Amino acid sequence: MNWGVLLFPGSNCAEDCFHAVDKILGKPVKYLWHKDTDLGDVDAIIIPGGFSYGDHLRPGAIAHLSPAMTAVKEFASNGGLVIGVCNGFQILTESRMLPGSLLQNRGLKFLCQDQSLKVDNSDTPFTSEYDSGDVVVFPIAHNEGNYYAAPDTIAEMEANGQILFRYCSPEGEVSEETNPNGSINSIAGIINRTGNVVGMMPHPERSADGVLGLSDGKGVFVSMLNHLEAQNDS
Amino acid sequence: MSEKKAGMEEKIWIKAGLTDSEYELLTKHMGREPNTVELALYAQMWSEHCGYTHTRPLFKHFLTTGPRIVQGPGENAGIVDIDDDEVITFKLESHNHPSAIAPFQGAATGVGGIIRDILAMGAYPIASLNSLHFGHPGEKGHTRWLISEVIHGIGEYGNCVGVPTVGGEVRFSNAYKGNPLVNAMCVGFMKKSEIKKAIATGVGNSLMIVGNLTGRDGMGGASFASKDLEEENDEDRGAIQVGDPFMEKLLIEACLEVFEEDYVVGVQDMGAAGILSSSVETASKAGNGVEIDVALVPKREEAMRPEEVMISESQERMLLIVKKGMEDKVNKIFHKWDLHAVVIGHVTEDGIYRVLEDGVTVGEVPVWSLMDAPTYILDAVEPPHLKETMAFKNEQVTQPSDLNEVLVRLLGAPDICSKEWVYRQYDHRVQMNTVVKPGSDAAILRIKGRDKGIGITMDSNGRYCYLNPRRGAQSIVAESARNQVVSGAEPIAITDGLNFGNPEKPEVYYQLEQSIIGISEACRALDTPVIGGNASLYNQTPEFGSIYPTPIIGMTGLVKSLDHVMTMEFKNEGDFVILIGETKEELGASEYLDVIHNLVSGDVPELDLALERKAQDYVLDIIRQGLVKSAHDLGDGGLAVALAESCIAGELGANVSLDLDMRADALLFGESQTRFLLSADETSTDKIVELAAQQGLEAAVIGKVTQLQNIIIHNMDEKLIDISVGNCQEAFATGFDKLMKTDS
Repeated sequence: MNWGVLLFPGSNCAEDCFHAVDKILGKPVKYLWHKDTDLGDVDAIIIPGGFSYGDHLRPGAIAHLSPAMTAVKEFASNGGLVIGVCNGFQILTESRMLPGSLLQNRGLKFLCQDQSLKVDNSDTPFTSEYDSGDVVVFPIAHNEGNYYAAPDTIAEMEANGQILFRYCSPEGEVSEETNPNGSINSIAGIINRTGNVVGMMPHPERSADGVLGLSDGKGVFVSMLNHLEAQNDS
Repeated sequence: MSEKKAGMEEKIWIKAGLTDSEYELLTKHMGREPNTVELALYAQMWSEHCGYTHTRPLFKHFLTTGPRIVQGPGENAGIVDIDDDEVITFKLESHNHPSAIAPFQGAATGVGGIIRDILAMGAYPIASLNSLHFGHPGEKGHTRWLISEVIHGIGEYGNCVGVPTVGGEVRFSNAYKGNPLVNAMCVGFMKKSEIKKAIATGVGNSLMIVGNLTGRDGMGGASFASKDLEEENDEDRGAIQVGDPFMEKLLIEACLEVFEEDYVVGVQDMGAAGILSSSVETASKAGNGVEIDVALVPKREEAMRPEEVMISESQERMLLIVKKGMEDKVNKIFHKWDLHAVVIGHVTEDGIYRVLEDGVTVGEVPVWSLMDAPTYILDAVEPPHLKETMAFKNEQVTQPSDLNEVLVRLLGAPDICSKEWVYRQYDHRVQMNTVVKPGSDAAILRIKGRDKGIGITMDSNGRYCYLNPRRGAQSIVAESARNQVVSGAEPIAITDGLNFGNPEKPEVYYQLEQSIIGISEACRALDTPVIGGNASLYNQTPEFGSIYPTPIIGMTGLVKSLDHVMTMEFKNEGDFVILIGETKEELGASEYLDVIHNLVSGDVPELDLALERKAQDYVLDIIRQGLVKSAHDLGDGGLAVALAESCIAGELGANVSLDLDMRADALLFGESQTRFLLSADETSTDKIVELAAQQGLEAAVIGKVTQLQNIIIHNMDEKLIDISVGNCQEAFATGFDKLMKTDS
């Protein structure tokens, strides 16, 4: 079972995602190059965080035009698992694989902190290791993480259970006070309608290696692995 | 060097920043008068920034070797051994003058520059830190703009380039109002076998420039940094570089990919004085000459004169000395990253530095002469203010009646309050090595795949050095090492950033010389050699005068097992609180005098370096034995502030009693050196006290950790402090934000 981490010029969390799969999950993983049109034999794709193409123009705006993203779209349309973290999330919204967009943080500043999140839907290939309502801690580190989508899009996503994580207090309370960046409905992570493409601003990989003091994020990778293995068995 | 100010504007060498005697000397070296290109070469290479003209003679004091020292001063950065054939390399660099004029770009390019120094060693940059000094943040206007812009610039660059900013310090005093200090430090990691050198060996080998295009930005930055900041320095704006962290990220990836192959014999970062200094230094080390054709340099501006190309400080460029015949292979790797690698010249055997333009020689001078900047040993005179400040007596200040209020004010004071406002703008977790985050005594990074880590610190205290340059400098090294030890790290080595005023003033030269002696003495006592550093002189403005003498110490330490990682916060209710070291009745130079009494006076607290060493060895030993639950260095604000910080971070209270016959303010807020605040369970506490006694060290069990309620401090049955942790936390956490919003 092969994992792929998509590498753009300026991706700076690629090695962290690689580390999470390789060392924490102990599964085979390789880098995918942004100029490639054929991604080879992969079962899951991680689009890592960073500043692809230096965030020039707008975060993710140039990356989504790269040859590899055409291949990623095709991979996803065939049901492949894709997760975009931070800049990866921005690339997925820019490429319209996920609805909405990421605006500048409400506070107009880059924000790096350990952030409590409430799991909103645990019935997905990315969150099955959690229970709905669980409070987990993942670090955030972004300048444009303020999620926005049109009101009817939001209503539809809410109704479909497409919200996976919301920013909350350590006690699990979701409110404007605990919303770090102004995201609508405190949305931190979402899934597409077909349930195989996820985007999230918080970094599960940074919360996967217990020696760094956080380990909740491992659940995202384990959930994906369980899903892939179950798929293989059936 | 009064000749510099003789008003002889018509002399071209004076305008270039050289003195009459320097001009005479270079003419002698050359055997003739220089042309404009050659004059520009000397002016840059003989500046303080490149040639260390005033500081070099003082460096002889430093201890630069030791069992863990793989590379001392002389390369882009020093290297220390961290076992298992692995090494770390680190250095700090100042970007004070650029940051004073263009704070965003000045700070950003400071970060970028020091990262390239680390990259040039062959290492992967794994951590950034910075030490920042500004005027008081409570003052609206320019100072606050500088603070915001500098922090923004550091964040933008560091976050984008993917190197975590894991620590450092932000300090304030109006001594820095006209001339802020921005010193950036970078740490890199590599295997011992991967070390690269800045050397141009092999006649015929190619000089390749990689990375950014060359423009007129940063023109003459080295000489700009080597004179006073003037009021009307708009013409120096051209000396400010512009940073592109995206380019730097690509440069890191491409260079490290090239370094994996056997294509490159030498690497040098293009920092101050750009192509010129990078190539001269590599040639000089090999005893070779070089030939560079400026027409071959990829440029982004037209009609650049040869000397402009040579000294441009355009950012994100590196010089590679590539084996003859391997140029295409190097270029192929850079091309993969959408970068160019262009041959601009080659190594020659004649020892001449030759500049060509389209094949025509436009300047040639001996390589050795460019590296042989004259040095100056100047007159040192004790600054007159020391007579008055040294005569300070504690009796001169009245102890305030409400000591709780004093504690709260100190916790919210600019130098002590939480800097989360700052470091939450920095990505401090990228690369997934950060075990202990900013806001601690030391940042701790793990080394992937090993049960070990490194401690990194950056410390300074301008006020201490203003009041006693020698002991002040000793104290900073000692404090850095204490910060390492309380975090579970064994101090290894330092890099020093020497930020001073104009050394041509005898009292400034005195501060410089005494500080260097102080650093040197402490480093010898604590066995932490100096493996590199940076000097930034001429930090003064006509309006605000000279900055405090501000040596900044960047230190690294080795955490031998991640089990040893220690933090300051109290862990459990009921644990015993232990104070290691002697508390003396010392108020001099303290944060308390400055903040509460508005007084910068007195002598720096006594420091016995042999005792310091013994105490540090002991504390590290008991931490390694697993006896300690929390450990914190006593620094700014003394015992009461340290106790409050351990309570705030641990969300617990404390109840302690002392039995010392002295003024309450000295006991609570005095800054006696060589002290540590520990907590431990009952069994371990007995052991800790017993082991201290064996070493002849003072270890007093002063009280207990309590539930999250109050911090209570008694002395000789008198209650001095009784205040809720919540009040302390509020002052500490919101202090900086409040200062930045005060309308004054």
